[in-house]
Amino acid sequence: MYNILAVSFGEIYLKGKNRGIFEHKFMEQIKYAVKEFEGVHVYKDSGKVFVETDNTDEMDSIIEKVRKVFGSSVISPSIKTLKDPEVIIDKTKELFKYLLTKKDIKTFKIKTKRSDKSFPIKSMDFSAYVGGKILQEFSGITVDVHNPDVEIYIDIKRDCYISSERIRTLGGLPVGSNGRALLLLSGGIDSPVAGYMIAKRGVEINALYFHTYPFTSERANEKVKKLKEILEEYCGKINLYSMNMLEVHKAIREFCREEETTILARRFMMRLAERIALENNMDMLITGESLGQVASQTMKSMAVIEDAIHMPILKPLVGLDKAEIIEIAREIGTYETSILPYDDCCSVFAPERPLTNPKLSAIKKSESNLNIEELVEKVYSTLEII
Amino acid sequence: MVYLDNSATTRVRPEVLEEIIDVNLNCYGNPSSLHRMGLMAEKKVEEARKSVAKLLNATPQEIYFTGCGTESNNIAIFGILSDLREKNNIITTKIEHPSVYNVFKELEKKCQVKYLDTDNKGKINLAQLEEMIDENTKLVSLAHVNNEIGVIQDLDNIARVIKSKNRNTKLHVDGVQSYGKLKIDVKKVPIDTMAFSSHKIHGPKGVGGLYVRAGLKLNSLIFGGGQEGGLRSGTENTPGIVGFGKACELIFENFEEENERLYKLRNEYIKRLKEIEDIKFNSLTDEEGAPHIINLSFKNVPGEVLVHYLEGKNIFVSTGSACSSKARDNRILDAIKISKDYEGTIRISLGYFNNFEEVDYVIENIKQSVNEIRLITNRRR
Repeated sequence: MYNILAVSFGEIYLKGKNRGIFEHKFMEQIKYAVKEFEGVHVYKDSGKVFVETDNTDEMDSIIEKVRKVFGSSVISPSIKTLKDPEVIIDKTKELFKYLLTKKDIKTFKIKTKRSDKSFPIKSMDFSAYVGGKILQEFSGITVDVHNPDVEIYIDIKRDCYISSERIRTLGGLPVGSNGRALLLLSGGIDSPVAGYMIAKRGVEINALYFHTYPFTSERANEKVKKLKEILEEYCGKINLYSMNMLEVHKAIREFCREEETTILARRFMMRLAERIALENNMDMLITGESLGQVASQTMKSMAVIEDAIHMPILKPLVGLDKAEIIEIAREIGTYETSILPYDDCCSVFAPERPLTNPKLSAIKKSESNLNIEELVEKVYSTLEII
Repeated sequence: MVYLDNSATTRVRPEVLEEIIDVNLNCYGNPSSLHRMGLMAEKKVEEARKSVAKLLNATPQEIYFTGCGTESNNIAIFGILSDLREKNNIITTKIEHPSVYNVFKELEKKCQVKYLDTDNKGKINLAQLEEMIDENTKLVSLAHVNNEIGVIQDLDNIARVIKSKNRNTKLHVDGVQSYGKLKIDVKKVPIDTMAFSSHKIHGPKGVGGLYVRAGLKLNSLIFGGGQEGGLRSGTENTPGIVGFGKACELIFENFEEENERLYKLRNEYIKRLKEIEDIKFNSLTDEEGAPHIINLSFKNVPGEVLVHYLEGKNIFVSTGSACSSKARDNRILDAIKISKDYEGTIRISLGYFNNFEEVDYVIENIKQSVNEIRLITNRRR
């Protein structure tokens, strides 16, 4: 039925002189999202983006992909036609017949918008004219301009687009329109959600994963890769960096107190993340921390961890409950992968009684037993892009 | 590379692969077809059936091909119990493979299920078995060789105890780990059914076998074209079956020597492993243990960490227990009561392709890895 998808901008509308940049990024993201389909053409026509396909059977799959691109508010599967009144009427009838197969229709309304003023009939007149033709063709229906069962929308631009269904999308801003940041991706439930939320505000995301192979499994890598791939449906291409923290854990174990392990290790992770971010032109870090969720996420712990670096750390989940985070994880499709049991199941490095109330001075004193630069170098030398 | 996970699955022998390729290319007819291509395939399947039967001293008519060991266990147990009543009871052990254990768990809904205890080496107690059997006992099912700890159950005496207490009680043996490894003679031991699998003995995956004593009628779980005497409908996996037959033939030709060689190799590993401090063998180290399975625990070494260390050296073993100390979910290690310190457990399982030249390399790397891991796990403060 539908040969084109009309995509309306969301918040981009609020932009002023730099709107062009946002629209450009948006087009890029849409093109990336539909790159696997053949015979698809993406273009702009007076204020909307259109995704046209030669293969109408694939429209549902295309909708599924485009729906996930941040920056739009609504998408409408449409029929693209010539701007000839008779052709428009034929196609509108065809659409109406199709809609009748999907639901029971008693009332309808035709709405026309004429951006192209060279089209000879005014919007209101054209709506009434097409409506009359529909009434002649189909029996048992009436016009209701206030609360119709279906509204058919005829959008006359450079071409003409006829649509009825409107699908709400995710909103947000197009990825890449708002800088770059590095997500600390753990394989758990929270961090993919955190990445999603920041990407939604137009940020290009890359991800960093710490493992302690051979104390963790290679299957854990596969799981993180899978999460990255799910996020890519929303965020576009993500570079996934991984590093092995084993040397840090060995040193902490040898020279520091057990209950400090998590805090110390996380300070090292921040140092390494900051380094990767700076080297790759990213301005902030993102973590999935939620206040009070675990020992390392108390107010005091977070403050001590953040002290290790200068770079700002975004924590979009800080005020959410676990149940709220899980709800988003389910919506975006990461939950089922996150709960696979291949995460750091080895509890060797988890202290039995982790600190919840660490003192910065005590942590710094512990760190003075470690050669921080050398350890950072050692971990950094295990960097892989997976 | 040293592959020491042969109880999980094995590498196909080249002679077997040749047969599989040949059947796929030249003898691909459906054994049920009337024409010559069908007959050729049927003949191949019947040849394989003879080879498979020979390893049990069974007749070919007593052998049925299935899709895998799990399927064989299910067909046998559900088949024997097709007229199960509530007053009946059935018996198994606490250390069965999931393909039997979970069937019995399911059957708890239908009748009384009794679980035999084992000693700390995994052996069942014949007196307890005798006590459990009564006039309503339909079935006793147990593994000949346990897949994780390699203990060999004394089938002769088990069968004797069962049949003398209640001659109507059936005995099903899960022979997946013993078939082709140990001498089994169904003419001498009154086993009623026995399951086994091709891929554990260097045959292809996707083929299992079931021995059903002549005269015993099993009700089928799968209905269709009536292949395999109606017990397992579905077009025969001719290439797989032929490969399985070839693997059996190769074993038969050389049974005694290979059995002896595996025992020697196993004993060499055991001797060398004893050089490592603070270890414990969970498998039997004498002839009551299988020739191909060594199961051992290391103090303060999580099993899966050792598995990952060794894979880094291209040595492949398996772990017997979950590493997380909170969630120990290993039924078998629980049954034989392994102490907390020794939770880290690995299984080394040998096969045809393993040899004595590998031992030094493996032992050196186990020693080195265990030392490294212990440096980390033995907390200083």
